[in-house]
Amino acid sequence: MAVSVINKGTKPEPEPRVRTGGHFMLGDHACAEGALAAGLDFFGGYPITPSTEIAEHIAVRLPLIGGRFVQMEDELASIAAIIGASAAGARSFTATSGPGFSLMMENIGLAAMMELPVVIADVMRASPSTGLPTMVGQSDVLQARWGSHGDYGIIAYCPSSPQECFDLTIRAFNAADQYRVPVFILMDEVVGHMAERVIIPAAEDIPHTPRKGPRHKPGEEIFLSYAPDADMVPPIAHAGEGYKVHMTGLTHDERGYPALNAPTHNKLVNRLVDKIRLNAADIVMYEEIATEDADTIVISFGCTARSARHAVAEARREGLKCGFLRLITIWPFPEKRIRELIDQGNVKRFIVPEVNLGQIRREVERMTSLPVLRLNHAGGEMPAPKDILELIRS
Amino acid sequence: MSATEQIIHPAATVHPIDNLLRADRFPHILCPGCGIGTVIHGYAHAIAASGLSEDRHVCVSGIGCSGRAAGYVNVDSYHSTHGRALPFALGIAVHKPELNVTVISGDGDLTAIGGNHLIHAARRNVNLNVICINNFNYGMTGGQVGPTTPVGAKGSTAPRGAVEQPFNLPYLAKATGAAFVARWTVLHVREFQDAVLRAMNKNGFSFIEVLAPCPTSFGRANNIGDGLHEVEIYRERCVIENGAQNLEELDIDLIDASKPITVGNFVDIDRKPFIE
Ligand code: SF4
Repeated sequence: MAVSVINKGTKPEPEPRVRTGGHFMLGDHACAEGALAAGLDFFGGYPITPSTEIAEHIAVRLPLIGGRFVQMEDELASIAAIIGASAAGARSFTATSGPGFSLMMENIGLAAMMELPVVIADVMRASPSTGLPTMVGQSDVLQARWGSHGDYGIIAYCPSSPQECFDLTIRAFNAADQYRVPVFILMDEVVGHMAERVIIPAAEDIPHTPRKGPRHKPGEEIFLSYAPDADMVPPIAHAGEGYKVHMTGLTHDERGYPALNAPTHNKLVNRLVDKIRLNAADIVMYEEIATEDADTIVISFGCTARSARHAVAEARREGLKCGFLRLITIWPFPEKRIRELIDQGNVKRFIVPEVNLGQIRREVERMTSLPVLRLNHAGGEMPAPKDILELIRS
Repeated sequence: MSATEQIIHPAATVHPIDNLLRADRFPHILCPGCGIGTVIHGYAHAIAASGLSEDRHVCVSGIGCSGRAAGYVNVDSYHSTHGRALPFALGIAVHKPELNVTVISGDGDLTAIGGNHLIHAARRNVNLNVICINNFNYGMTGGQVGPTTPVGAKGSTAPRGAVEQPFNLPYLAKATGAAFVARWTVLHVREFQDAVLRAMNKNGFSFIEVLAPCPTSFGRANNIGDGLHEVEIYRERCVIENGAQNLEELDIDLIDASKPITVGNFVDIDRKPFIE
């Protein structure tokens, strides 16, 4: 007789959803832990360097806590599957890198149009095309904003450390549900593959913003999937809840039915953009150091911000009036704060180091006639503190 | 009360599947003689016969005339992007396995742009009911040829006749792992409805090809006068062969009048479902 000896004696501890405590963790793993802590239900993904560790980590953990992990046949399928799962009420997630992100673009527009919340981590590598798969890039930032055809609003966070990979992933899920939009975590290869200390709080301290649900029972009245509240975000009903919703990528009325005419289209698309644009004050996050009297402000994000922070601290030690603005949300862009800094009157120039050929510099230039100095690398390595410092001294 | 008034009295207009259709969206966009309406009708009847509350049914479509099906059925319904109905539906079916998810879309949507998803959903044996409306062309965009167009049939992008070997869809579905595979036409209303019901009751991947006239695009280009004409072709040439084993030989050649069109419930096997 075969007798199973597995698990004889002590019962294994149940798998915790939130791994409370201090860890030494990869950025990719911290992002995965953030998704799990945020209440992830469904992950659909396709392997791609340098994001694969996110999928692998979730493949180990998610099934043990009641969620579903599916490795899809490609990124077109991954994004479609997470949007479908979201339609059924799941907190759903995928992780990818540039080439996969490009493949997802059409359905990112669908998620924006259907207003189905999804979270996508894009661990940026040197691009275009296959580029340098294992080496750093920051060149998907404009694609994240504009990559799908048409006008729509999205939110993108840009972590600079494994701790932020964890924290911002939780924030991404909450923002996606609050605003019914696709939300991106724009990591980069350096941050994704760097191991640092990550503190995970107690489960009850993880912030949770639920989706707004219908305010009447099914059948009492017709549910309008696209009738916005004052915040421009409509409540949502999911598949299986009895509300008989219809959702389409076609231009639609408040019921969700196709309404193929220009006034409906204009109203809908403006709302999709405005629900992010006009709520920007609640969404935008940045970190600022020593900007009060600064004549030079370094604006940076992601891995590059780590070098920039060192360079600015060193410049201050040398007595240079240099400040630092770190973008935590890239989209919506912190336009208001940058304009305020310009209006202070003491700023003479900005410096924007980034691992692309000037994507965020262009955003800053759009806002000012002051000089915006560039420090760019097409990818494969990030600027060192000394490179940024030299430019500050110049 | 006159007879006319009796006919338009609301009580007299209630049809058994009225509540399963979004009558508030009528008139629909489909052309006179189009076969897609008959497919939607069959799906609605299968929902009514399924014994499951309509709240447990979900319909997902892709893009094209057939892709509009999701917009006319009164269940939770999603009109996704071109080719992506299957992975979209997978997300729903995997997150809420208690739902009965049906994908209704066209041959171009499911087998050309979405072909990769079709073979992988079948391989995984995801619990989905796929109704693939095959009208041998891209109807909505005006009659271009696609992967189901018979050799020699004309389309706006093959003005001298299609030259590529078309898919034999039941053979493809069987080979890639579907647990239930059928082919019917819109002439076979009852059999089609019954096949959809069997698909709904199957925990696994079901694939039903249903031939449907597209008089506006395919018919006009190929001397098939109207919808009825094509249905007559079905009646003359269809041979029912349930359980047919030789699927590889059962290509459809709508143009060659000497060739039979074999229809039936071909495959019904038990395979480990994606989610037990
Ligand atoms: S174009 Fe063809 S498939 Fe489309 S609605 Fe008209 S007849 Fe039907």
